[in-house]
Amino acid sequence: MREQRKFKIPIGPQHPALKEPESFSVALKGEKILGVDIRLGYNHRGIEKACEERTYVQDVYLIERICGICSHTHSTCFVQAVEEIAQLAVPKRALYIRTLVGELERVHSHYLWLGVAGHEIGFDTLLMYTWRDREAIMDILALLTGNRVNYGINTIGGVRRDIDSAQTKEVLKAVEQLEERTHYYIEIATEDMAISKRLSGVGMLPQEDALRLGAVGPTARGSGVNRDVRRDDPYAAYEELSFDVITDTHCDVYGRTVVRLKELLESFKIIRQVLKNMPQGPIAVKAPRKIPAGEALSRYEAPRGEDVHYVKANGTDKPERVKVRAPTLANVRTVKQMLKDRFLADMPIVIAAIDPCFSCTDRMVEIKNVDSEKEKIISWPELRSLSIEWYKAQGVDFTKLNKKLGNV
Amino acid sequence: MRPGKMMRQVLGSIFKKPATILYPAAKLEMPDKFRGKLKYYAAACIGCKLCMKDCPTGAIIINKVGDKQFEAIIDLARCIYCAQCVDSCPKKALEATKDVELAQLDEKRLKITFTLNDPEGKVTEQT
Amino acid sequence: MVGSIFSVLLFPGFLFVSVLALYSEFIDRKIYARLQNRVGPPWFQPLADFIKLLAKEDIVPEEANRNMFNLAPAFALCAAVTAFLYIPLWSFNSLCSFGGDSIVVLYLLTIPTLAFFIGGWYSTSLFARIGTVRSLTQLVAYEVPLFMGILSAALLADSWSLRDIAFFYTQHPLYILLNSIGFVVALISLLGKLEKGPFDIPEAETEVVAGVFTEYSGRNLAFLKLSLNVEMVVGASLLAAVFLPFGLNANPLAGFFFFILKVSAIVAILSLMRTITARLRIDQMIRFCWKYMAPFAILQLVINLILKGVLLR
Repeated sequence: MREQRKFKIPIGPQHPALKEPESFSVALKGEKILGVDIRLGYNHRGIEKACEERTYVQDVYLIERICGICSHTHSTCFVQAVEEIAQLAVPKRALYIRTLVGELERVHSHYLWLGVAGHEIGFDTLLMYTWRDREAIMDILALLTGNRVNYGINTIGGVRRDIDSAQTKEVLKAVEQLEERTHYYIEIATEDMAISKRLSGVGMLPQEDALRLGAVGPTARGSGVNRDVRRDDPYAAYEELSFDVITDTHCDVYGRTVVRLKELLESFKIIRQVLKNMPQGPIAVKAPRKIPAGEALSRYEAPRGEDVHYVKANGTDKPERVKVRAPTLANVRTVKQMLKDRFLADMPIVIAAIDPCFSCTDRMVEIKNVDSEKEKIISWPELRSLSIEWYKAQGVDFTKLNKKLGNV
Repeated sequence: MRPGKMMRQVLGSIFKKPATILYPAAKLEMPDKFRGKLKYYAAACIGCKLCMKDCPTGAIIINKVGDKQFEAIIDLARCIYCAQCVDSCPKKALEATKDVELAQLDEKRLKITFTLNDPEGKVTEQT
Repeated sequence: MVGSIFSVLLFPGFLFVSVLALYSEFIDRKIYARLQNRVGPPWFQPLADFIKLLAKEDIVPEEANRNMFNLAPAFALCAAVTAFLYIPLWSFNSLCSFGGDSIVVLYLLTIPTLAFFIGGWYSTSLFARIGTVRSLTQLVAYEVPLFMGILSAALLADSWSLRDIAFFYTQHPLYILLNSIGFVVALISLLGKLEKGPFDIPEAETEVVAGVFTEYSGRNLAFLKLSLNVEMVVGASLLAAVFLPFGLNANPLAGFFFFILKVSAIVAILSLMRTITARLRIDQMIRFCWKYMAPFAILQLVINLILKGVLLR
């Protein structure tokens, strides 16, 4: 047999394994991965700039739409920063409700992740069952906040909706039901042979690499890095709640799965405490429309890891600068390390294991000349010819097709 | 550690009712606090236009049609159903309803004008 | 002449097997859905999908070898349907039958995989090429246990003809139990052949998009899907004829009923198996086939050899 040739296959920007467009160009030798080239930026929406054009009230809803899954994460993180600048004393009850919604969101996000992971390793049954059970949490979120995603519960100075005893009962009922299911899924994930064959030893990320590459969230905790913003830098009501930070020393996809599943149990614990200790009182304080000048950095433990928002106010009703650092940006660099010398078949699950959210990640692209460090603005025709050349270098020639379509 | 750990669960499902909700046939009931299509009470409106100011997408327009009489034009295609306008309104002239079935074949039908024809605030479609 | 054309084209030939293929696709999808607590498709869904695909535009990649690309689906379908003609369905007499037809059926069943290989290779898509390499690698792994499983049953019956094998086991129904290891091995290998369940590696959606089928569309895709389903029917009826030859000596109507029942049951078992397992990696699949399936198939062969020497002297 002749030697297997090396070739490059494009996983993305359009590929069934990825739920969002992002490009992973994989160099293969047979089934073995030689190297991965990650290109970000397909999802850039200019949200940070758009925030500067809108008032703080409007920004809350815009920021919420950075991500479809951890929307509460982003809005809370932003609102916390603004509240810090304006020095608002947010009522305790509001903080508790924020915590409650945040933990419910974590539950729904981790359930979603488990289903996606099942799909990536070709186990659609797991996907169907986890997403069926996830519906309970979505219904609860709709009940509490008024929508299944993009909850819109946060406002500057507190929350928008109170919760009553009937809703508390509903939440407890759903939590109980989901806790039972979570125990079942832990059993499945740890004891099913096919699953553990696909997860164990795949996507190794030793602790020192996790630290070096700056991994956050379950990706880091699955490699034995004991870090959690909820404990290390408590926000909302976390200071008054007791919970454990789950870590695992497997350092592979299996470890990350175990961390996520066990975190679910911690979330249920937190939800129960929140509902039990919920203080009485108002749910919001009136926030001024004009936020005094100042700046603040806010951190939040999203289901995917640490989320950071930076807000700079200049005394008007619009922020001067908003910067978002989503957890996936910190984690995506680890993918390259994890895929070293693995098989093509491991690619989907390894990418999925960082629970990527590329819409959160993509911020802006600055084109700099490598030699002069000078910024450069590229016009549309220039960009077009540049891309045609880029594809030509990749071995794809569009000249014939362009002629066919009538573009010259 | 054994293969086919989910065997019992999947076999049990054969005798269970499917979890699928056959949507158009079986209607879904939204919770009371749901933020669906907006409703405008023209009689209560004082024309302060706070809702217009706070709307993140510019989906709502309040027009003065007469002395202390206002109408609202709501663009359902622009609306993101955050219901900030409901919170901003000092006179409770806006309300989020449970109505979620808003799909239209004609884009123009997504623009709804609320005018004060009777105390309830009659809805007329604007083309 | 007219009679044989009728049998080959309509009943129990091409048309019948196509209907049966759509039926078994429905059974497979419905059971898969119900096991996952879903509603699943209505009964006409496979037919509707087929008709829809026929109506769609047929796109051939510019770089592809047009003839090979278009011929592959026809090859696959013809081979699978031809194999069907040799299998005893509801009586001992199949449409065509001769002394060594079990070997012929097994080899005809290999042709669709090769046709997929040709189609995928000549479509020149990277994903399709990875898919073809995977399906050939997989072929080497599952084919041996499948052959050994079926041939050990033939060994006990002392014939290479499916008709005689079925006849032998109807005469000695208890001997069927002796072949149970071979039956399980053949069932699992069949999953590999049909590229289903844990062995859907060549068309793993999340890795290689649709593998061999990536570039196919329209009519060609419809026939590729149909040939996979025909392969499923042929595989199921082959296993039914060799390992479960009940009701072959009953009257034709009861026999027909039994046949449909047996095929449905085997398809249902295949769906159950693909429901409860995750997809294996290609290296794990090959290791599994050579480490567990092949030894078990050899064990069956040895058991049958000993039995043949001792019991049936």
